[in-house]
Amino acid sequence: MDLGKIFKNTFLVILTCLLLSACATQKKVSTGQMQGDVYTGTDTVEYLASGVPDRVFFATNESVLTTASRDTLRKQAAWMRKNSELTFVIEGHADERGTREYNLALGERRANAAKDYLMTYGVSASRLQVISYGKERPVDSGSNPLAWSKNRRSVTVKAN
Amino acid sequence: MFFRYLLILVIFLPIKTLALIEVDITRGNLSPLPIAVSPLSVDDESKSNLNKILKSEDIGSDISIVIENNLKTSGLFNPLNKNAFLQKPDIAHLKPRFEDWALIKAQALITGKVTLVDEKLRVEFRLWDVLAAKEMMALAFTTVPKNWRRVGHIITDKAYERLTGEKGYFDTRIIYVAEEGKKTNRVKKLAIMDQDGFNTKYLTLGNELVLTPRFNPANQMVTYLSYFRNLPRVYLLDIETGVQEVVGDFPGMTFAPRFSPDGKKIIMSFAMDGNSEIYTMDLENRVVEKITNHPSIDTSPSFSPNGKYICFNSDRSGYQQIYVMKSDGSNVKRISFGKGIYGTPVWSPRGDLIAFTKMHKGKFYIGVMRTDGSGERLLTENYYQEAPSWSPNGRVLIFYRETKTDEKGEGFSAKLWSIDLTGYNERLVKTETDASDPSWSSLLSN
Repeated sequence: MDLGKIFKNTFLVILTCLLLSACATQKKVSTGQMQGDVYTGTDTVEYLASGVPDRVFFATNESVLTTASRDTLRKQAAWMRKNSELTFVIEGHADERGTREYNLALGERRANAAKDYLMTYGVSASRLQVISYGKERPVDSGSNPLAWSKNRRSVTVKAN
Repeated sequence: MFFRYLLILVIFLPIKTLALIEVDITRGNLSPLPIAVSPLSVDDESKSNLNKILKSEDIGSDISIVIENNLKTSGLFNPLNKNAFLQKPDIAHLKPRFEDWALIKAQALITGKVTLVDEKLRVEFRLWDVLAAKEMMALAFTTVPKNWRRVGHIITDKAYERLTGEKGYFDTRIIYVAEEGKKTNRVKKLAIMDQDGFNTKYLTLGNELVLTPRFNPANQMVTYLSYFRNLPRVYLLDIETGVQEVVGDFPGMTFAPRFSPDGKKIIMSFAMDGNSEIYTMDLENRVVEKITNHPSIDTSPSFSPNGKYICFNSDRSGYQQIYVMKSDGSNVKRISFGKGIYGTPVWSPRGDLIAFTKMHKGKFYIGVMRTDGSGERLLTENYYQEAPSWSPNGRVLIFYRETKTDEKGEGFSAKLWSIDLTGYNERLVKTETDASDPSWSSLLSN
């Protein structure tokens, strides 16, 4: 047995382990708050009531609601039905990586996706107003994919 | 035989000499034309009276600086250092000693004379061909003293047109959105300034979000998007009177407005239930017409200068692309087919090109293509830039550019930039505050 060889192998194994774990932690940082490019974190989320998040997030250029978004909106709808005196504004937003005018339209489309879903769960259209801010009101001023994912959102705000 | 040739030479030489000054404007100009702009001469009495009115030591020199600046910014001219000038302004204006101006390598010379007559500013100017030792043009005009910067712009336009064969773009204004404050909550105001960044005026107070202002062809009206009372709608503003009104009565957001080339209609998008369509409204009879009909986003419409066609932005193919249709909405054709996605198409005042923003692999480009989509040319690449607007002669594009923020989300800025159609001569356009959404007026004096 060559002692040197054993040491060398052990060293290589340790090194590989270190490298792998480094990769793993790095991956965790970039994916922990995003799935695909949809934000899944809670940093910016506020609550309309206990357990009722106020916002849902979208993929780049998309207005399709994710499973998590539909879950959030069902919670909003249930709470809205219980508080029938309240009316709401649904604000649609886009990230900064698009032209201003198109983003206004995209924000409107996102807010309406949320509105339509709330309506299918029994909230009357007359209680839901829609406004698009395009890319005008980001919550995160960063210029990176995570910041952009937080900004692609539709936020339900109490109007009265 | 020899003599006959000589005779022909003698006949043709002077003509050739007369046409010596010619500025090549078809490509990036690597050797701009050396031009001397002599300070305009002012007699002592006018000087002291003008000093009282305008608080200016030497208005003749001030006007010449306006001209110099314009010429330099165009990229086609190289204004020479005044310290090298040998002749006094008043004598040069009467009869230049061409040898002296040739000595400092000037090919063209601008001279002028300012007098104050009955509280009016009277300005004479002459353009000289130094090598041919000839006067090329002479003009005089009268105006109120406070218009002295415009005088400089008009002189530049006349000299530019005479030397390049194209209309100038210096007696013009830019309307834009002035921005201040944090990126997450920008305060935005409508602002208007001369093309060279002077005489800035703010048209709104910043109480509500305002976006995308555009001039009407007569430059007296502006159409823009305002979030007044949190209802994003297209508005019309009379610049002189300050009177504002909502355009039309739409039950939802209207945005992306522009005037038709005759100034009689506004074309814009109206968003309803997640679908944006293009509409026009006649400003006289208030008739509203729906132009597009498609369940996708249709926005950023812009008329061709003859009013017969409209280019616009649509994602009906899945992503943002540029389309052209007849002004009644028929014959919709996609024209952008390059890699990436396209937005903000805007028809050139000459009618032959469409300028656009292109997004590809995380970069933003300003480019131009022919109206059938062929001949795409990208002029400039950056982290974020968009919304080109044409100079009235179709030679220069103005747009805005935003910077990437650092790890802390700091360092955001938005500025106006201009670039020649050639892709050369990119310049920061000076503004008092951060700025975006520029729109270039037509020539104020025609």
